[in-house]
Amino acid sequence: MMPLAEARAVRRAERPGLLARLLRLDWALVLLLGAIASVGFLMLYSVAGGKLDPWSARQMTRFGAGLVIMLIVALIDIRFWKWASPFAYLVALALLVAVEVAGETGMGATRWIDLGPIQLQPSELMKIAIVLVLARYYTWLSRDLTSHPLWLIPPLLLILVPMVLVLKQPDLGTALLIAMSGAVVMFLAGVSIWYFGAAAAAAGGVVWAVMASRGTDWQLLKDYQYRRILTFLDPEQDPLGAGYHITQSKIAMGSGGFSGRGFMQGTQSRLNFLPEKHTDFIFTTLSEEFGFVGSASLLGLYVLVIVFCFVSMARNRDRFGALITGGLAATFFFFWAINMAMVMGLVPVVGVPLPLVSYGGSAMLVLMIAFGLIQSAHVHRK
Amino acid sequence: MGATRGTGAAGPLRFRQKAPAQEGASSGISRRGAILLGAQLLVAGTLAWRMRQLQIVETEHYRLLAEENRINLRLIAPARAEIFDRNGVPLAENRQNYRVVMVREQAGDPEEMLQRLARIIDIPEHQMRRILKEFSAKPAFVPVPIADFLDWRGFAAVNANAPALPGVLPEVGLSRHYPHGPYTAHVVGYVGRVTERDLQDPDDQDPILQVPEFQIGKDGLERAAERELRGSAGTRRIEVNAVGRVIREIDRVEGAAGKDLQLTLGLDLQRFCHERLGNESAAAVLMDVTSGDLLALASNPTFEPNLFVQGISQTDYGALTQNDHRPLHNKWASGMYPPGSTFKMVVALAALEAGVIRPGDRVFCNGGYQLGDRRFHCWRRGGHGHVDMRESLEQSCDVYYYEVAKRVGIDRIAEMARRLGLGTEHELPSPAIKGGLIPTRDWKRASKKQGWQVGDTLNSGIGQGFVLATPLQLAVMTARIATGRAVAPRLIRARDGVPLPVPEAPPLGLTEAQLQVVREGMHAVMNSRRGTAWRSRIVDDAALVAGKTGTSQVRNITAAERARGVFRNEDLPWNRRDHALFVAYAPSDRPKYAISVIVEHGGGGSAAAAPVARDILMRALYGAEPPLSAYPADQRPERPAPAEPPAAPAEGGAQVPT
Repeated sequence: MMPLAEARAVRRAERPGLLARLLRLDWALVLLLGAIASVGFLMLYSVAGGKLDPWSARQMTRFGAGLVIMLIVALIDIRFWKWASPFAYLVALALLVAVEVAGETGMGATRWIDLGPIQLQPSELMKIAIVLVLARYYTWLSRDLTSHPLWLIPPLLLILVPMVLVLKQPDLGTALLIAMSGAVVMFLAGVSIWYFGAAAAAAGGVVWAVMASRGTDWQLLKDYQYRRILTFLDPEQDPLGAGYHITQSKIAMGSGGFSGRGFMQGTQSRLNFLPEKHTDFIFTTLSEEFGFVGSASLLGLYVLVIVFCFVSMARNRDRFGALITGGLAATFFFFWAINMAMVMGLVPVVGVPLPLVSYGGSAMLVLMIAFGLIQSAHVHRK
Repeated sequence: MGATRGTGAAGPLRFRQKAPAQEGASSGISRRGAILLGAQLLVAGTLAWRMRQLQIVETEHYRLLAEENRINLRLIAPARAEIFDRNGVPLAENRQNYRVVMVREQAGDPEEMLQRLARIIDIPEHQMRRILKEFSAKPAFVPVPIADFLDWRGFAAVNANAPALPGVLPEVGLSRHYPHGPYTAHVVGYVGRVTERDLQDPDDQDPILQVPEFQIGKDGLERAAERELRGSAGTRRIEVNAVGRVIREIDRVEGAAGKDLQLTLGLDLQRFCHERLGNESAAAVLMDVTSGDLLALASNPTFEPNLFVQGISQTDYGALTQNDHRPLHNKWASGMYPPGSTFKMVVALAALEAGVIRPGDRVFCNGGYQLGDRRFHCWRRGGHGHVDMRESLEQSCDVYYYEVAKRVGIDRIAEMARRLGLGTEHELPSPAIKGGLIPTRDWKRASKKQGWQVGDTLNSGIGQGFVLATPLQLAVMTARIATGRAVAPRLIRARDGVPLPVPEAPPLGLTEAQLQVVREGMHAVMNSRRGTAWRSRIVDDAALVAGKTGTSQVRNITAAERARGVFRNEDLPWNRRDHALFVAYAPSDRPKYAISVIVEHGGGGSAAAAPVARDILMRALYGAEPPLSAYPADQRPERPAPAEPPAAPAEGGAQVPT
């Protein structure tokens, strides 16, 4: 009995008090998140035509609630989160299956689960859970075995199963995000670089085979599927359909110029060109009204968040904490990088919101939980 | 996105290594972390470079596009090709249609604009809801139809008020019209609005389908030849200013109009067929025996296709679908009937070719045929006595064909039926074409899970049992017997004014002597006093008809009914009466026309179908006013309108044992 009680006492003594933990929070990061969210409030106010309703006020409430959730998550010991990781993954997976089943029994192609005040997309939860479970796996696995082929199978399965479920929804964007987040954790954990090279080569090979087989006898897809892929890759080919948004988005951004047309002076965004102007295409409004200065500043804020997270990661000697910090920061990075590249016509249009700025509760909640975990790792770092 | 991982994986080895000194868990992570951060910063750099390009380097270009001009891409709908009959009479044409559309992105407040518009023209409440729904579902630049088929006054009023109605565009469109609608409804079909399902067809992703009010073929030739008739869309890029006024046209690519089609159909004959068929549920096919040109294709009763073009009302549609004569059903193409005695030529030719009987060989008919413990009846209960092949056709003796069918066997009968054009789908531009059914041993095993019985062969021998044929197939069969060649039916005579070549029909492979026996039999049907269609002959040596009657049962006759002896057709409810069939060609000595007529539940073929066929043949041979001398003396009409001949004795009744 004695040694156990002693150990507990020691542990309690090691753990800093509530106030101390509050002070150890990365307050600069919190400030940065607040700044980014404020850009969102401003833009939602603007696209609503200078009104807090219907979007801006609700977004503020959500961010407030998100902050509280982030603090709660941050103050809980990282060891608890480490313990809870596999369960989080299993819950997210079960919800994905549930959505799949509900969708098949005639409820329509739903991706949502109703939680009262907010509706939650299980695929959003999975973006965090995949990072947690892989971090846990690589903390548990002996470092000598990290690159052993046999020990690569469990993490690959952990990634592939939810990926397939999400692909069936079908949501290609989220499936790729899950895969990339998982890959980042494996990369950080030290899995040999050659595997990544091989995976990239294999993916390239499959794409090449599919595209090269077009028009031959052993053509792998149907003709209309090729047409859809080509329009997806090059929307300009379909100027009345997919290409329309991108063309209008580029006109809006470009016409903003260096300093922009001024707050609430954007004409393009106000002329109802874009049906997604308050969600996925909100960056367009910012670029039009605040020009290059505005869009580059937001980009700068995002880059700072990433840098802060990496600094925290580099300083953290707890392997689990470091892995989730890096993994979740990368997830955050994928969000804004893909969204910006999309509205600027660099990558095809996929449904990825601009994190903390686009209107939407589900993504906001998930992001704040992610930052709570990053903060928890920071507060309880060794 | 893939780039991130790619960058991370491509140049990691030479990345500047951090001090390798630090031991412990984090050192590996921070080196990899640095690589990752580097890759992410690279992506951020790319994004910043793109921002600079869009917002600083090319800003003038985009500002111009945004400020003064917006480029609009408009599709120019091609004019749908027209359809003519063989003499150039238009059967499907385009008429001007005054209408109003609205473009949401130019209308400012679309609801307000709709209210203003509703004060000028009448917009019903359900249309309002439809319009608002379309506004929210379609991109802002797509014109949404507001009102259609406006009269000139309403259209002029909208034009006069145009300055107060930004985004509201009065248009003159083309709308499909069928001048002789009901007479050509089953052949030409009709067009209708593009539906959600049409848009999802992976084989037809033509962007023109997105244009409001664009119409595509829904039935008949309009549907079967849709691609040819539609043509291809042109495009027009125009510059518009901030309120949507067109400043200039940048470029214009003309579309290609569809190809006008001229049919083999003659409108006059077509109309006559329908009028002659009156209120009957019936079909008639008239064909040129040498070219295969279909001169008339009537499915009666018919319907008004112009109703479908503007969107048919529930009441009208309900009336069409609830009519027990089924006006919407294309009977000449997809009506499948037991051919009854008209099938006997097939059996006769199969028997002659197989050599199982000679033309002069006689079979004794005592009114029935015993097979084991089953008795197969002849329609004439007293029997025909000794009959040879010609007489068997002339008097339509059933027993003769029970015997012959048994000798030939179903395999050779089926082979001959296919050679004569039965049991196959003829290639015609009509979505309704059906293949009929010529039963074989394999077919019965596969679909009925039963072996073939000799009784099945006997029933098939008189065109009953499983055998099914369409009126089109029966006309083709008759033309093939008349010419000895595998004539193929055709409906399109010329495309864009260029006549299509008539392919030479290959010989059937039957000898002239074999064909002659059957032709003589068919000649006797009409021109011999004992022939079943003697009353419907044409009395003109230059225009004698050769034909064959048929009566096909739609029900079994019970033993009780047979015992009572009452199964007179007139005593039965309409939908249980026999079908009346008749096939013929004329003139008998140098055939020009082949015809098939089916009157559903019409009773005997000689009474209900043969007179109709005779009158149609007369119209084809003599034109509108046939000489009275061509009619049999007792049937000369007062006026050209043909009189109904008195009921002939029941004939050809194929009687299936119970």
